[in-house]
Amino acid sequence: MELFRNPNVDWLGKKWYFLAFSLIFSIAGVLSMLFWHHIPLSVDFRGGTDVTVRFQQQPNPDQIRHAMDAAGLHNARIQAIGRASENEVLISLDRQSSGSENQLENGKGKIIEALNNAGFSNPEVVDVAVVGAVVGKQLQHQAFWATIYSLGGMLIYLWFRFELIYGVAAVVAVFHDTLITVGAFSLTNKEISLTVIAAILTLIGYSMNDTIVIFDRIRENLKMRRRESLGDLVNTSINQTLSRTVLTSGLTFLTVLSLYLFGGEVLHGFSFALVIGILIGTYSSIAVAAPMLVAYQEYRQKSGKATTLPAGKKARA
Amino acid sequence: MKQNLTGKTLLIIGVLLVFLFGIFLGTDPAKSLAARKQGGIGAMITQNIHLGLDLRGGTHLILQVMVKDAVNANTDQAVERLKDDLAKAGVTNATVAKPDPVNAPERIAISNVPVDKQSAVRSAVEDDFAKEYDVASTDTGYSMTMKPSTERDLEHAAVTQAIETIRSRVDALGVSEPVIQEHGLGDNQILVQLPGVDDPGRVKEIIQSTAMLAIHQVLGGPYGSEQEAAQANGGSIPPDEIVLPTGGAQAEAGQFFVLKRAPAVAGNDIRDAQPGRDENQRPDVNFYLTNQGGKRFYDFTSAHIGDKLAVVLDNKVREVATINGAIRDQGQIAGGFSEQSAKDLGMMLRSGALPASIQYREERTVGPSLGRDSIRSGVTAAVVGMVAVMAFMLIYYRASGINADLALVLNLVVLLGFLGFSGATLTLPGIAGVILTIGMGVDSNVLIFERIREELRNGKAPGAAVDQGFAHAFLTIIDTHVTTIVAAFILFLFGTGPVRGFAVTLTFGLFANLFTAVFVSRVIFDAELSRRPKSISI
Repeated sequence: MELFRNPNVDWLGKKWYFLAFSLIFSIAGVLSMLFWHHIPLSVDFRGGTDVTVRFQQQPNPDQIRHAMDAAGLHNARIQAIGRASENEVLISLDRQSSGSENQLENGKGKIIEALNNAGFSNPEVVDVAVVGAVVGKQLQHQAFWATIYSLGGMLIYLWFRFELIYGVAAVVAVFHDTLITVGAFSLTNKEISLTVIAAILTLIGYSMNDTIVIFDRIRENLKMRRRESLGDLVNTSINQTLSRTVLTSGLTFLTVLSLYLFGGEVLHGFSFALVIGILIGTYSSIAVAAPMLVAYQEYRQKSGKATTLPAGKKARA
Repeated sequence: MKQNLTGKTLLIIGVLLVFLFGIFLGTDPAKSLAARKQGGIGAMITQNIHLGLDLRGGTHLILQVMVKDAVNANTDQAVERLKDDLAKAGVTNATVAKPDPVNAPERIAISNVPVDKQSAVRSAVEDDFAKEYDVASTDTGYSMTMKPSTERDLEHAAVTQAIETIRSRVDALGVSEPVIQEHGLGDNQILVQLPGVDDPGRVKEIIQSTAMLAIHQVLGGPYGSEQEAAQANGGSIPPDEIVLPTGGAQAEAGQFFVLKRAPAVAGNDIRDAQPGRDENQRPDVNFYLTNQGGKRFYDFTSAHIGDKLAVVLDNKVREVATINGAIRDQGQIAGGFSEQSAKDLGMMLRSGALPASIQYREERTVGPSLGRDSIRSGVTAAVVGMVAVMAFMLIYYRASGINADLALVLNLVVLLGFLGFSGATLTLPGIAGVILTIGMGVDSNVLIFERIREELRNGKAPGAAVDQGFAHAFLTIIDTHVTTIVAAFILFLFGTGPVRGFAVTLTFGLFANLFTAVFVSRVIFDAELSRRPKSISI
């Protein structure tokens, strides 16, 4: 069985459609991050108290909010999570403005006390996360720098194995992927937690993979087919690797979809990031990285500089 | 190539057996077998592949050691020694104090030194303190600042000692396999993981209680508020005195006493503490001093008969008593204890005081039911994903699909074996990492197979096609694996707990994949070709 026998699509010709598609989603995401939901952060990054409680029966969120207000815990966020049959509710408190640790401790204790006082029968505390403001900020910094170092490391590796423009094109594609994925979280108002950052770093690695496969093929073809224009050659390279690209993405997507459907509530953000990330990562190798490579080459040609073939050899133009 | 085939196959089987060993027997086979008797195969495996807190249930705490306390304690002692030295040098009017104990605990000021005694004072100071302090002259005397390197050593020692003290307290509580270590991100933080503890209230209190017991001379009180105490002392509290509130189930809580800052007897002077009963048969705690501590206490109480002393626990005045006679080496704290809290306090005093106070920065608790659910979800997702991928490979690549599937299974065994041997911890994101490894691992096979198909289409013979397929794909496989490993490595450096678990399983999985996709697949192809060199089913 073979799905892609000798495909011959003009990928570069479609680059304006790709650009439009990417711009629409990027801008939608950025607008949401700036003006709508902003970037929803989980308790890991914003500090505060998250208590997940399992009730015997389907709880009424209004009742819960009433119980919280009665205990003096205003602005509690209440959210039903997980499967309906499990009656789980996530109660979130932001860090109190005074920010001392005792306040946080009282937050968790107060929530439980308030629930007991309000007459809920046997609420079971299933999961607690209390993060001080200082730690929250530290984790934000870490996550940011981890992403930057990751991108930097890969840029250097690609510079080493190919040439600088390859590295830059790949990093731009990956940045595009990250922007759209974080934008998706913002648009759907899902929280970004530490494990989501792990997923984002993974999809950076995955998108790089995908881009490298195409670049490798381009480099190989550059050695063999000297007469073709760069545009045609890139198209051919993409077509040659298309089968592998679609299959791998498809298979990885299958496993990640399995995680999204069956992996449970705790991993929900993580698997959502991967589901989006794998789709976009595959798309960006074809739609962002490759066209950028060609555009750079054409720019160099137009401005009269020596055409450095991306494989590092000077061409006899 | 043919002659190596048997050798290579044996190598593969050997690897399979070794890593199966890692999963089930690990680095301590005896323990694993014992675990199996107790809890079956599951327990046997988890003996080697440790489950993270998010799968087992338990509490994760991050503590900050307030190291300034330790610096303060050290400079307090230095102040006392300086006073002794000055007295020995015959200097009577000079004052020794810390100008700003709260914000600059490392500075001591000596003032009002008469001009003729200046050189005597200087040599006395430098003899004793030159190694640890920088001494500078001021208008009226000298200013001493603790050297930054000394301060750093002190802070580091405070954190190390805090870790030991917490460890002995946690051990005394009987928590199984706790993790207590320095939290790698600088800033004097300690990570404490307590598996199986899903109600950490009491444990947190026990860890946090500095259990600093000290006896101070009482200079004034009781006062109703800090301001009242200050007023009674002429407007402000001199730096060698301190105002502390009462606390700890005292009947007269909410009062303040003015005490001498430097204690007569403190932490290190206590050699033992036991719960007991007072005259009214209520629980109390008896403490016993060391020889040196006992001598100092004797000197103190002899010199202050008729004065009052205060028993201070964790910077709160617990008891005030009048000194009726010299006491040598034993004391008692009574009032307001339950049997449990008396036992707890005794244990904490015995395990030693924390060198500095501790604040909690982060607390996460996962209940055991969530842990079990997480395991179930993770395993289900992994199985479903794996079956889907394996089925697809069979349909799409026909007999070569079996090749890929075998490699996939071996990949999994090697990955889990790695985990078993290294004693790494499997977390829920770690299970996700395994699932990701399945997807990305099969990528290597797809790369190779697609290349082989292409070569066959171009007219090459099966043997040559397989050769070319592997040769061309190899570099690409290396590139893709290295970039993902770079990402995983950074995640490992910057992440904690669950995220690290993910980075570890992903990295191990990729290494395992390099082996299975390149070596094992090749051997299987070669074996196939050696039987039927004219065709391969792909």
